[in-house]
Amino acid sequence: MLVDKKKKKRSAEIPTSSLADMAFLLLVFFLVTTTIDVDKGIGLVLPQKGETIEVRTKNICNLLVNAEGKVMIDDQVIEPVMIKSIIQRKLIENDKLIVSVKTDAATKYRYYIQVLDQLKQAWGNKKTRISIAEPER
Amino acid sequence: MEFKKKSKAECGIPTASMPDIVFMLLIFFMVSTVFKEFRGIPIRLPSAQKIEKLPGKRNVAYIWADDRDRVSIDDNFVEIREISRIMYDKSVDELSPLRVVSMKIDERAKMGLITQIHEELREAGGAALNVNYSTKTASK
Repeated sequence: MLVDKKKKKRSAEIPTSSLADMAFLLLVFFLVTTTIDVDKGIGLVLPQKGETIEVRTKNICNLLVNAEGKVMIDDQVIEPVMIKSIIQRKLIENDKLIVSVKTDAATKYRYYIQVLDQLKQAWGNKKTRISIAEPER
Repeated sequence: MEFKKKSKAECGIPTASMPDIVFMLLIFFMVSTVFKEFRGIPIRLPSAQKIEKLPGKRNVAYIWADDRDRVSIDDNFVEIREISRIMYDKSVDELSPLRVVSMKIDERAKMGLITQIHEELREAGGAALNVNYSTKTASK
């Protein structure tokens, strides 16, 4: 009697038809999870050179930022986080309000952005009316 | 007389090599895609809440500036008075006209420098007037 009889050969194949589906799943997964970082920031349109508009003084609100980041609106020193509510109140009284932002030449950019952010928030989705004055030297 | 049906012919597209083709395509596009990106100079962006997204990365000019009054455009350090000429050239470029100027400025930079850049952009005029101060998203 033969002991070591070779067994019947079994077919050993991996099913490949679903491989494409898996590849697509992987692809879709990576497509969905990849985030390409978008540049974001505060938008502003600068005026043309030599463009001057005459504005009534009662429509102007002076906002001053000094070198230490202290903010003053119409001769009153306030906290930077208060700008939004103060300007919103002023906007209810006068919707033609223009905020004139004036900084010191030594004011850090961070404080300027903070002020702009507050002003943008005060206007919400409406068009902002901000004027940026030459800094004091 | 009855017609005998012929034996069924095997008709199937072999799908085993499909993933290979898909991967090849994928790899081809991955390799051939070039993201035009400038590294700029190391800066710390300020953060803000009310921010808007830039419309893509095309037709955007980047100006980097740090707290030591160094200004960089397209990975070259430039003098401040050169900005207006560079920006004017970019805005009249026919192939990819400028739409927005993105300012990547260090939060410690001084407003004196930023005003100078503003003046230069106003000098250039046109699309260079559309400014976007690049910021991080602040947590509320």
